[in-house]
Amino acid sequence: MLDIIVLVKQVPDVKKVKFDRERGVIDRKSAPNELNPFDLNALEAAVQIKEELGEDAAKITALSMGPDMAEDSLKEALARGADEAILLSAREFAGSDTWATSLVLSTAIKKLADYDLILAGEKTVDGDTGQVGPQIAEFLDIFHAAYVSEIKKLDNDNHNIQVISELWQSSFLKTLDFPCLLTVTKEINDPRLPSIKDKVQARKAEITKWDYSALSDYIAAEEIGIKGSPTRIKNIEVAPAIEREGEVWRDGYEKANEKICELLQEKQLLGGE
Amino acid sequence: MDKEKASGILVFAEERKGDVHNVAYELLNKAQELKEDLDCEVASAVLSSQKLDYSELIYRGADKVYCIEDEKFASPEENYYKKNLLKITNAFNPEILLLGATGFGRSLAPRLAIALETGLTADCVDLQIDEESNKLIQIRPAFSGNILAHIKTEGLPQMATIRYKEFTEAPRDTSRSGEIIKLEPTEGEIEVGIEKIEERAKDITEAEIIIAGGQGLKQPQDLDILQDLADKLGGMVGASRDIVDEGYISHAHQVGYSGARVKPKIYIACGISGATQHIVGMKEADIIIAINKDPSAPIFNVADYGIVGDLYEVVPDLIAKIEDCM
Repeated sequence: MLDIIVLVKQVPDVKKVKFDRERGVIDRKSAPNELNPFDLNALEAAVQIKEELGEDAAKITALSMGPDMAEDSLKEALARGADEAILLSAREFAGSDTWATSLVLSTAIKKLADYDLILAGEKTVDGDTGQVGPQIAEFLDIFHAAYVSEIKKLDNDNHNIQVISELWQSSFLKTLDFPCLLTVTKEINDPRLPSIKDKVQARKAEITKWDYSALSDYIAAEEIGIKGSPTRIKNIEVAPAIEREGEVWRDGYEKANEKICELLQEKQLLGGE
Repeated sequence: MDKEKASGILVFAEERKGDVHNVAYELLNKAQELKEDLDCEVASAVLSSQKLDYSELIYRGADKVYCIEDEKFASPEENYYKKNLLKITNAFNPEILLLGATGFGRSLAPRLAIALETGLTADCVDLQIDEESNKLIQIRPAFSGNILAHIKTEGLPQMATIRYKEFTEAPRDTSRSGEIIKLEPTEGEIEVGIEKIEERAKDITEAEIIIAGGQGLKQPQDLDILQDLADKLGGMVGASRDIVDEGYISHAHQVGYSGARVKPKIYIACGISGATQHIVGMKEADIIIAINKDPSAPIFNVADYGIVGDLYEVVPDLIAKIEDCM
């Protein structure tokens, strides 16, 4: 049995979220929450692996840390093919930076004990750090491959996986032994939409919830949450808007193109050979 | 490392095929500025797959260059890089550790941060020293760049990845002197099989001029028109996500949230409506020119110069006019 863990996060829909420039805050109520779009690709990759190996040959566990309402995202993960979902939710976890988040998630993974492959999106659309995946790999002392655009081959007998990792303007074929962690890009697949039936079923499904007590044998409360986070946001400023000329030609492009040529000459970008 | 005695700024210089990525020279320039407030040393760390002229990093501001040469560094394997960088970090004992936010930097730095038991701030656009505490303030954009968060690290070293093209490159001063310290690579093999299967000729983040296409293009071969213009100007063709998804052009050309973040001198958006996802990737270009049939396309809101028109007429005319000027 191949045990796959998919790391997921509930995020606000960044396309809809409103930003209050005057107060310098995000109006989180202005947008619905969704499953981080990059995580959908990680989940789809897991489902495709399971389809290839056979229903009984793999198990997919979706793992998330977040507030209680993140249950919705885990239900979506179930609808999209996860077999089990675990939500790490506790006051003690709140305010964690990427260090503390990775510590909590990697501790939960250690507690799960059986894992071969951990999949994550390359980043989340809200935090946008892309750090949690590689940090978990380091906490677990396992190898990782980043920016994975394709899974070439999974060799269950030899317990390894071949992937394409996009680094240095190149594609590298990497072969990693299990257990390992992959962060995937949007290129890896086109996530399928869950069927109505799967959605209905997932809505009724139970999400396993772990609070701090589930992990308290492994980590002290001081190591996680705000207290355990080495990075602190000291203040937030509204980014200054970039000033633009804003000159628009609506009738005819000849004048505009002349202006562009002048500009290119001025900036000495016309080569001049 | 000995955190009690930590001092100095260490800049990781990423080597690829005998060249150091330019972001290292930008970070060395910023380090000079920070050094004035901290009164400390600036060092650079290079893991190199071949012999390099390390004095170049001294000319650009490093007081010390720590280098490890090992042909295994020709393979981007984060764990092996981490082990060797740890060696350098332990030797120099920095209070500040900076890496470029290249793809590899963003994948390597998190492992190093955990190994050093310290925090990490991703994708910074500026760095300052707090006058009161002498601590590093790491400034990074959040929520599509609408806000800038000022972040401090409790503990040492204070570690951050910094975006390319945020600072100017350090000037080259060949009269500068410094110390080159060679260390031995860590023992053991890379335990991940790695084979390069494809290499792209050009990196779009390096392009000074980008001619980008979007949904306004009717078919893949129409990208040739944009390529023509790019060739005339010595630029590169970029693309919005939708035409990459439709297979017009490879992902290496994609500009935007799930593609590259670019900062060219000139960005010409042709038939790109300007979805937020695209704009976050190009809004910091020096000059933005937009060509679009739809006068209400959001791309015009971020453009210096906008042309309401059909790219199939506007671009060929622009090419002709440029030829006249040359």
